[in-house]
Amino acid sequence: MPALAPVAGGAKVSVGAGVQRRARTAYLLLLPGIAWLGLFFVVPLVSLFFTSLQSPTGTPGVYQPGFEAANYLTAISDYWPQFVKSFIYSGIATVLALVIAYPLAYFIAFKAGKWRALLLVLVVAPFFASFLLRTYAWRTILADEGFITSTLNALHLLPEGRILNTPIAVITGLSYNFLPFMILPLYAALERIDPRLIEAAGDLYASPFTGFRKVVWPLSLPGVVAGTLLTFIPASGDYINATLLGSPQDRMVGNAIQINFLQFRDYPVASALSFILMAIIPALVFVYIRRAGTEDLV
Amino acid sequence: MGKRPLSPEAAAVLAMSRSGLSRRRLLQVAGITGVAATAAACGAGSGGGGTASSSGAAPEPAPVQDLSDSEKFLNWANWPLYIDVNDETGAYPTLEAFTAATGITVNYTEDINDNNEFFAKVRAQLESGQSIDRDIVVLTDWMAALWIQSGFAVKLDKSSMPNAANLLPNYIDVSFDPGREYSLPWFSGFGCLGWNKALLQEALGTDTLTSLSQMWDPKLKGRITLLSEMRDTMGVIMAAQGADPSNFTDDQFQAGIAELQAQIDSGQVRQVAGNDYVAALETGDVIAVIGWSGDMFQLGEDFGVGLPDTGGMLWTDNMLIPSVATHKKNAEAVMNYYYDPKVAAEVAAYVQYVSPVNGAKEAMAAIDPALADNQWIFPNEATLDNSYVFMTLTPEQDIAYQREFQKAIGM
Repeated sequence: MPALAPVAGGAKVSVGAGVQRRARTAYLLLLPGIAWLGLFFVVPLVSLFFTSLQSPTGTPGVYQPGFEAANYLTAISDYWPQFVKSFIYSGIATVLALVIAYPLAYFIAFKAGKWRALLLVLVVAPFFASFLLRTYAWRTILADEGFITSTLNALHLLPEGRILNTPIAVITGLSYNFLPFMILPLYAALERIDPRLIEAAGDLYASPFTGFRKVVWPLSLPGVVAGTLLTFIPASGDYINATLLGSPQDRMVGNAIQINFLQFRDYPVASALSFILMAIIPALVFVYIRRAGTEDLV
Repeated sequence: MGKRPLSPEAAAVLAMSRSGLSRRRLLQVAGITGVAATAAACGAGSGGGGTASSSGAAPEPAPVQDLSDSEKFLNWANWPLYIDVNDETGAYPTLEAFTAATGITVNYTEDINDNNEFFAKVRAQLESGQSIDRDIVVLTDWMAALWIQSGFAVKLDKSSMPNAANLLPNYIDVSFDPGREYSLPWFSGFGCLGWNKALLQEALGTDTLTSLSQMWDPKLKGRITLLSEMRDTMGVIMAAQGADPSNFTDDQFQAGIAELQAQIDSGQVRQVAGNDYVAALETGDVIAVIGWSGDMFQLGEDFGVGLPDTGGMLWTDNMLIPSVATHKKNAEAVMNYYYDPKVAAEVAAYVQYVSPVNGAKEAMAAIDPALADNQWIFPNEATLDNSYVFMTLTPEQDIAYQREFQKAIGM
């Protein structure tokens, strides 16, 4: 907040008053955002935390305030396979999305010319339809009698003879649904790269591949990090793809939270599951960012 | 259906507009938005849990004043597309006739999509005795049982409801409400077997399923689905094992779970689905299902429906008056009206589920003789003898069994 710096510096009174007024304005402008976050993020989060520590009363669905840390143990011991599956599925989906999105973003940034804007709109266009409908559509695309499945079956590439209701379908759905979150940051990072740098690499006898490896890829890393995070985080909490495209063997942690809330009315364990998920993700992100060696996120 | 449908969703929508709508049929489509509602409910749930926790056990609700005499009005919450609708005007013909005859207007809302979700929505108010602005709610047996056990429903005044005597005898002594003091059935349906005739012929060499063991045939591996409604799936499985789903022991339930678990682990079962199994049947991804009779009946000639010879499940949705309702007398008048066989037949002709009203079959013959002979609207003795109503569970048992069931199906 540059506007606040002069106040601390102790400027002349007359100037300081104006600066202070400006500072007050800045705070006032922040107020709606803070109020919004406080009301709709902090309050529910605190409430969720206390719910996660409630203890049972003996009546199903009714809980009393307490410090039942055992809820967290239950959540982990009962649902660790779903946690593991969530992170494996969303991890693969993220890599898949990166592999698909990078060439596309590269093309849009460097080669698309006047079609750039149109292509970007097309990337975002599927978002005009509801998330659920888009996921539902994959049931038709991957149907047993559908083109994709029957082609792959004719080539004997599918061990189970189907795609729908297998982990492949869940991962495909996750990649697809979060793909724009990968493409847009990648595009933003690539688009800022000065094409003359690539030319310079060529002038210095770098092969196109070396030029990419030494110039483009490092400069696009902030986009890669942002894109992978924006894909991985929502994907690991998602339960709709697992519900609509998976089989009973493919449930993710989101399913566990949903079932505990609505079917078992076990609010404490559901809250504990949410908190564990919320704790694991930043931990993974922290390690990832440290290893990726960049904090210059887009 | 001669042509190949565009997509299951489009086919479902087309089928609905063609053949009239049924509640479960709509849900198959509404399921799409339902998941979103579920997500929203998750958010709301935490607050609900918090409130409930502070009060502990449910307090005794204060007696509610009946405003029926001064307010000729009531609110009725039902499932979507579960009453006759004039497709052109969107009006409810039988409700309009009721208003014309009694002067009582009915605010009819279709806001129950899921028993658990609806309960989660109104539970805090029921516990603290606040109005939920609904004078009739329609809930499936087990949820109705929970309401009655928890004191969230009031006794009906049968003296003002002469038509209530038209309730078919086999509905009267249900375990959760002996003598039907609190509830009256709205419609029923079966949890039964359904299949794609052509594909079944191809796979098993027969176009009829008569037992659950046929579903476990390795030739159907990965081509069957079960219902995510525990009572329907577990009831059919337990009945096939020789247990009585309306009166079983823990061990018998465990034996059923073991069989379910084995079929899930082996990959025999493709998915345990809610309302959207019909779409999978229509695309041919799935050959056989445990499903609901109304859905299967509406799929038409190419699909078969039948109770397994070891027995299927009969579920009923029931009208209840909430303890906090303020128009009890008006609500009873509506219930009484829908137990007039002619009115009941009119609604049944539209929704195509099982009518619990004695005399509706005869009245139906005047409307559509084919429907009057339909097993899935007016089942005969043999069908009813071969179906079970799931045992009433205490809330503790309900949760414990739900946990076992969900664990077996992947949670």
